[in-house]
Amino acid sequence: MTDVASPTVRVSTRPAESRRDIGIKRRYAAERRFRAYGISAIAIGLFFLAVLLWSVVSKGYTAFQQTTITLPIEFSEKVIDPKNERATDPKQLMTANYPLLVRDALVKQLGIDPKKRPLVKQATDMVSDSVRTQLRDIVTADPSVIGKTIPVTLLADANIDSAFKGQIDLSVEESKRKVKDQQVAWMNELADAGVLGKSFNTGIFTFGASSRPEAAGVGVALVGSAYMMLIVLVLSLPIGVAASIYLEEFAPKNRLTDLIEVNINNLAAVPSIVYGLLGLAVFVNFAGMPRSAALVGGFVLTLMTLPTIIIATRAALKAVPPSIRSAALGLGASKMQTVFHHVLPLAMPGVLTGTIIGLAHALGETAPLLLIGMVAFVVDYPGSPLEPATALPVQIYMWANEAERAFVERTSGAIIILLIFLIVMNLGAILLRRRFERRW
Amino acid sequence: MSEAAVEKALDQKMNTVPLKMIGKDVSVYYGEKRALFDVNLNIRENTVTALIGPSGCGKSTFLRTLNRMNDTIENCRVTGRITLDEDDIYDPSIDVVELRARVGMVFQKPNPFPKSIYDNVAYGPRIHGLARTKAELDEIVETSLQKAGLWNEVKDRLQEPGTGLSGGQQQRLCIARAVAVSPEVILMDEPCSALDPIATAKVEELIHELRANFTIVIVTHSMQQAARVSQRTAMFHLGNLVEENDTDKMFTNPDDQRTQDYIMGRFG
Amino acid sequence: MSTSLLLLTILLIGLVAYFAGRARSLAVSGSKLATLHSLPGYHGSYVAIWAVLPAALVLAAWLIASPLYIDSSVRSALPETVRNQGAATVQLALGQVKAVATGLARLDAKEIEAVKTGSVNLRETLAAKGVALAGEGEPFMVEAAEQFNAMRGFSRWLMSAVVLLAAFAGGVYAIRNVTARFRARNQVERVMLGSLIVASSIAILTTIGIIGSMLSEAGRFFSMVSPAEFFFGTVWDPRFAAAGSEGSSGQFGLLPLLGGTLYIAFVAMAFAVPIGLFAAIYMAEYASPRLRSIAKPLLEVLAGIPTIVYGFFALVTVGPFLRDISAQLNGLLTGNYQNFIQAQSVLTAGIVMGIMLIPFVSSLSDDIITQVPRALRDGSLGLGATRSETVKKVILPAALPGIVGALLLTASRAVGETMIVVLAAGVAARMQINPFEPMTTVTVKIVHQLTGDLEFTSPQTLVAFALGITLFVITLGLNIYALYIVRKYREQYE
Repeated sequence: MTDVASPTVRVSTRPAESRRDIGIKRRYAAERRFRAYGISAIAIGLFFLAVLLWSVVSKGYTAFQQTTITLPIEFSEKVIDPKNERATDPKQLMTANYPLLVRDALVKQLGIDPKKRPLVKQATDMVSDSVRTQLRDIVTADPSVIGKTIPVTLLADANIDSAFKGQIDLSVEESKRKVKDQQVAWMNELADAGVLGKSFNTGIFTFGASSRPEAAGVGVALVGSAYMMLIVLVLSLPIGVAASIYLEEFAPKNRLTDLIEVNINNLAAVPSIVYGLLGLAVFVNFAGMPRSAALVGGFVLTLMTLPTIIIATRAALKAVPPSIRSAALGLGASKMQTVFHHVLPLAMPGVLTGTIIGLAHALGETAPLLLIGMVAFVVDYPGSPLEPATALPVQIYMWANEAERAFVERTSGAIIILLIFLIVMNLGAILLRRRFERRW
Repeated sequence: MSEAAVEKALDQKMNTVPLKMIGKDVSVYYGEKRALFDVNLNIRENTVTALIGPSGCGKSTFLRTLNRMNDTIENCRVTGRITLDEDDIYDPSIDVVELRARVGMVFQKPNPFPKSIYDNVAYGPRIHGLARTKAELDEIVETSLQKAGLWNEVKDRLQEPGTGLSGGQQQRLCIARAVAVSPEVILMDEPCSALDPIATAKVEELIHELRANFTIVIVTHSMQQAARVSQRTAMFHLGNLVEENDTDKMFTNPDDQRTQDYIMGRFG
Repeated sequence: MSTSLLLLTILLIGLVAYFAGRARSLAVSGSKLATLHSLPGYHGSYVAIWAVLPAALVLAAWLIASPLYIDSSVRSALPETVRNQGAATVQLALGQVKAVATGLARLDAKEIEAVKTGSVNLRETLAAKGVALAGEGEPFMVEAAEQFNAMRGFSRWLMSAVVLLAAFAGGVYAIRNVTARFRARNQVERVMLGSLIVASSIAILTTIGIIGSMLSEAGRFFSMVSPAEFFFGTVWDPRFAAAGSEGSSGQFGLLPLLGGTLYIAFVAMAFAVPIGLFAAIYMAEYASPRLRSIAKPLLEVLAGIPTIVYGFFALVTVGPFLRDISAQLNGLLTGNYQNFIQAQSVLTAGIVMGIMLIPFVSSLSDDIITQVPRALRDGSLGLGATRSETVKKVILPAALPGIVGALLLTASRAVGETMIVVLAAGVAARMQINPFEPMTTVTVKIVHQLTGDLEFTSPQTLVAFALGITLFVITLGLNIYALYIVRKYREQYE
């Protein structure tokens, strides 16, 4: 081997023309600028993500707490059923003046002179209007409470709720805000007495639509969404998988299948609102299905989700190596057996991942549901997919249109619930992919 | 003097030719895996040096260390010292862009940019600012294409896409592209492996002519090609440099038994 | 027998048929399975398919056809005077007859007699049973309703009989076919293949459904408002005509909506394209695997957030922020603290939509950029180009067609986006160029025209379908062209 130090060898010197100026400084400045653009682009994207999430969470996390007032309510027979007719006329219990019970309890608790009407009015305004139904439900469920005094936990009015959470600027002139000084004083008094306090808000998960923010919840919307997700899953998974299997494994390559292919890719990019128009015209107007029903919503979302599932499933089927098919066919299995016994099970993780992502997409979809009339004020839980229902994102839309401050909190809270569902679904998809991902 | 005599005189002077690049104790790691073991190899000026050896022996890896193309590979690490003239090319003060302007590269598969023939050749001079006027650029493009022996074939269609040429023409276009930057060293990574025999012959002829102006290092799979185009040959095996010698001696009377076995076709 | 009960019965027969077919194949094989051409399970499935499929098809056909038949025969039984009054009156009468029929079914024989003789008021009697009539019932309606109920009852009875017979006959026919050499598997697989084909035709049916339904509804709209007025009209003012005041149906000019749609999409693209593209380039060419593995999924989270959330974000955060900052800015410059950006504006909607589009641009472009072969990168770097020079002069030009396709797909999404613009763009249909003022879009108006009570006869409702088909055609054009470009691009580097 030639040694560097060998005497016959000399090292070349650098020729003069190689010391040319190729603008290194200028070019590296450009390089740095370019990189900076790239980093800032990513930073801007992440910044907006952070702002968006922060904006929702900071406005919404308080929605999961609700201010309540626990008062000893005297279910006075004089108020509820002064003529003692409840045995003969059940309507009596339904129409009784229950807020009066709350008023009496409050007046007693706060030591107000019952004759000072404006003061009493201010005091009763601190409690939600929903007490009427709440107390009515207690009495109708168990009429034996009449005549007894039992402590009942009542929802505070939305304004008091906001004030107690510190969301109302008390330095503003009294006449310009909804919570009066007297009410704040009472609120603090009640809080000190342990009567008024914050607790976890189960109502937001169970209540239906209400014009009173403190009594509004996404419970009914959740049921509607659940119906629709169930319909989407039950319809789109088998249909999507069947269609993909045909297109990927059986279909001859000709112009028709080419057309179907282009068509599916295009359907995946059609604006969702167009599906709403389709649902309105075909399912509601032509086939005469009920408006606002979860069934129609489920059908529309199924059509919308199908292309996504088909594209994901075809990709998963394509990823199964041909050697598996040859092996099964070589053993004498029919093509159908090969697909259903070998190819499909191997592709299943990919199929399920695609399905979950499609479902997550469907769960957050709003526009088509507005068109088929799911923007309804639904107070009661739908008993079947044929009854009027609403959906979580639609509930968010309706609340977003409400002017009251407390609804902003509720809306953000509902968004948090929606996002948590989506996160769980997407995490599930990621875990599924990690757990079962196979590389050939 | 006849051409053959000149050739002979050149070859005899071989041992006094100055060294263009010196590799000392060069090792390369891909992550934990070591691909090259303390290679000491010198590249002589205006000489064609062929790197041969069985696949996976590290010859391409060594080639890529010479203009730091391995920088583009994730977690690849180089130790040891490589100098170009007196400059340590892995010294932090050395700029990789400047280095590659001095040490050009031609790849295994012809990779013309999806641009016109003219723009392909003009690419290097443009980014390095080697031409001040359009006329100068035209001049560089023409001489480069002439040096690559492609001028007569493409002079009437310089604006057509480079990807429309035949495989051999594409590779010569890539050589012209490298030449246009006027590098001192040109690295060629199996430049003929994707070409048919006629195109190969043309490229080999071209390499022969380029030797007058450039120092050339060529990785090749074909022993015959190494014998035809190179003056010096280095044989790699399993990441080690087995032997480095004059090509004539290497193919007639190698010092190392493994070289002999490889040349005789016992493995590889 | 009710439909669902009938369906359940068919399925039950199918289940029985499955086991019968299985047992029969085992019996004919003489307990030597190898003599069978197909496994017992296939014989069972074959018999079950014969039992269920024809019966189910008959059921479906009956359910579709019988109401049509009954309607037409009841219609022809209506008195001459009613039938001569035009289609709308007949339709109305038919509706009332059906309501009466529902009511009659809830009355007992004595009450029906009372109603027929007119001794009690029909409307009140039915209302007491929870059936509301639109108008006073007429005597002929009770008659027609009785006929209707009778026909329906008979049809139902006949349907049950026919369907059950079909199920039974199918099963028996199939079970007689079961022999050792019978190719049950091939038969079953043919049915399976058929169902796979049916499933994949749903995609085509969806498209046909979209085009068909929108064309027919839009056609009804264009019979009331001329297409020229719609497509070239510059005023959008679809007054909901007061009852009876026909003729003053308002103006349906598409241009202000289209202008708003394209303007907002343009602002969104102007915001999203540079950010998305640079993010994609950085991710593909510079980022370490670690940064890539964190930043890429995080950016994609933006794509997974429902658009209603973006709309709310625009409504309560971005809009007020822009309004306040513009007021501050104006105050600093002129001393007049009057905001010059409205809370609902082209800019608000555009920016928020832009945020939503960032991940679309970046992940689509990332795919395209990483498809550019490594050889081109190496070729450029080997000549001494810096990375940014390689990106700008080699990779982007090579990837350009693909990126254009990706951007067109993104643009189609921007044009069709609904919830963000519903909440953030405003409702005023105006033609103007100030991005700080509200404008409205095609999608916003579709939502507006179709929420609330609908009447499928008024142009105010039907215009939504004309808007819908406009939107569909625009996005279809963008999508097909974009998908074509991207496909061509992929093939180039495959």
